[in-house]
Amino acid sequence: MKILVTVKRVEDPEIKIKIKADGSGLETDQMKYVVNPFDEIAVEEALRLRDAHDGEVIVLSIGVGDCAQQIRTALAMGADRGVHVLTDETLDPTLASLAMQKVIETESPDVVLMGKQAVDDDMGQTGVMLAERLGWSQASFASKEASLESDEEKSKQTALSVADNKVTVVREVDGGIETLALSLPALITTELRLNIPRYASLPGIMKAKKKEIKEMALRDLIGDAQERVQILKMEKPAERAAGMIVNDVPELMDKLRNEAKVL
Amino acid sequence: MSNVLVLIEHANGQPKKLSLNAITFGQQLCAKTGGKLNLLVVGSDAATAANALTGFGAEKVLVIDDGSFSHYLAESYTNALSAAAEACGATTIAGASSSLSKDLFPRLAVRFDAAMASDVLEVVDGNTFKRPMWAGDVIATVELKGERQICTVRTTEFDAPEAGAESTVETLAANVDLGTLQTSFVDLKEIKSERPDATVADVVVSGGRGVKSPEGFQVIENLADSLNAGIGASRAVCDAGWVPNDLQIGQTGKIVAPDLYFALGISGAIQHVAGMKGSKVIVAINKDPEAPIFQVADYGLVADLFDAVPQIIESINA
Repeated sequence: MKILVTVKRVEDPEIKIKIKADGSGLETDQMKYVVNPFDEIAVEEALRLRDAHDGEVIVLSIGVGDCAQQIRTALAMGADRGVHVLTDETLDPTLASLAMQKVIETESPDVVLMGKQAVDDDMGQTGVMLAERLGWSQASFASKEASLESDEEKSKQTALSVADNKVTVVREVDGGIETLALSLPALITTELRLNIPRYASLPGIMKAKKKEIKEMALRDLIGDAQERVQILKMEKPAERAAGMIVNDVPELMDKLRNEAKVL
Repeated sequence: MSNVLVLIEHANGQPKKLSLNAITFGQQLCAKTGGKLNLLVVGSDAATAANALTGFGAEKVLVIDDGSFSHYLAESYTNALSAAAEACGATTIAGASSSLSKDLFPRLAVRFDAAMASDVLEVVDGNTFKRPMWAGDVIATVELKGERQICTVRTTEFDAPEAGAESTVETLAANVDLGTLQTSFVDLKEIKSERPDATVADVVVSGGRGVKSPEGFQVIENLADSLNAGIGASRAVCDAGWVPNDLQIGQTGKIVAPDLYFALGISGAIQHVAGMKGSKVIVAINKDPEAPIFQVADYGLVADLFDAVPQIIESINA
């Protein structure tokens, strides 16, 4: 089975971000970058799926030269090879999904796994856009019924069951858990509770250095296609007014009843 | 023509409250552009739900009431929405942010050749919107390019819609041969609850790691019962499997904005705060005086929730 998984280079969500004074973007000084956490979950599931069915895991990333670090992270976790679409442009989901479509048409994977959203722009569109571009079936928000502390999770088995050219996916929806059967090839986006990603081992990191990363230029793939979402300005949200610390429950109840008047 | 089509989700023959707030987005956008508002209801019982939607000033309430749409599937709904948008000359398609719209609208955006903005907070003009990035730590003003656009709407930022002129109800014929789809529905395990959903409740009681165990979460439910409140949970509690993930509030879960929000034993990571900071009044109870949740709370109490919550319930019941 051939599995392609995408990884996006994003600002470390543990680090406080700062907006440039002119609102044109973020301050990049001292910023650390990581693999988008949802994509790490996708990489982990791709590895489990490969290990259950044989085959290979290809890691795809689009972005600046330093994106190679995020591809190497996935290779160190155990992915087999990388594809790096090089660009200095910041892409909206329309352009990102278009570039991915071009790579996938060449690679012809059976399954594409992606995080359900990137924690930088929080758009959550690229995966599903890609499914439509490819004309494939899709399951977003892939998850499982067992918890992340279950024996099932500890055994590192894939939650995706493949048989008869179909993959069965459990997904989280408002108000419940849904199960879909998708014809292959299929596109799956991952929820938080699908798995706990592994750490790269030291031998894994050493091996990753020798794995192939194929490079290509973005505009060679997508020509002069134009972005559809233009960011005009970034600003901080309005701050909440400072609150107060109360000493005990009677004081809290008094404030809620007589000051905030919500009880 | 810059008409607007708003998808209305429904259950048991009634429109969902979240979707009603998305109508307000449609009304605001039409007020800016002079376009006409249209509403769409799809699925079994859609005709019943449509009857509750004729008083909001929409030109038409479109109904696709066909058994082949009884279970939502992205592939079939993409066909239905494309057909409905053509039928009413819509250049904007919108709907409440939900697991359905997040699964459907990007697919539709490609089919419909539209630009898309997720989780719109505010209408600036006909093609410019405010939306959150970095878990709400940044508010971006974005311009959507091209003739067609799609928006999911963060409904906590929009009030219930104002009444308007009567709409006509029009049934569209759009059916789908489920056999030709590449996706098939297997089953849905619904999580049933007697309590109001956290996204529509006036009061929400949420628990975090501080509840210590699945049994400990009972104290959250007890307080919710005494206030007829919805319940929520932090990611840590959901990941541990102590409660269903459906209760998760935050960047990757539900976004809530009740009149009163209790954060009990929740540390207050930015990803959780992103889901509740729109609440009118926030109460935080945590043993750790340094917990970041106190920075967003209107009223903070440094205490063990297992001591404090029973006292609160007693005070409410007194």
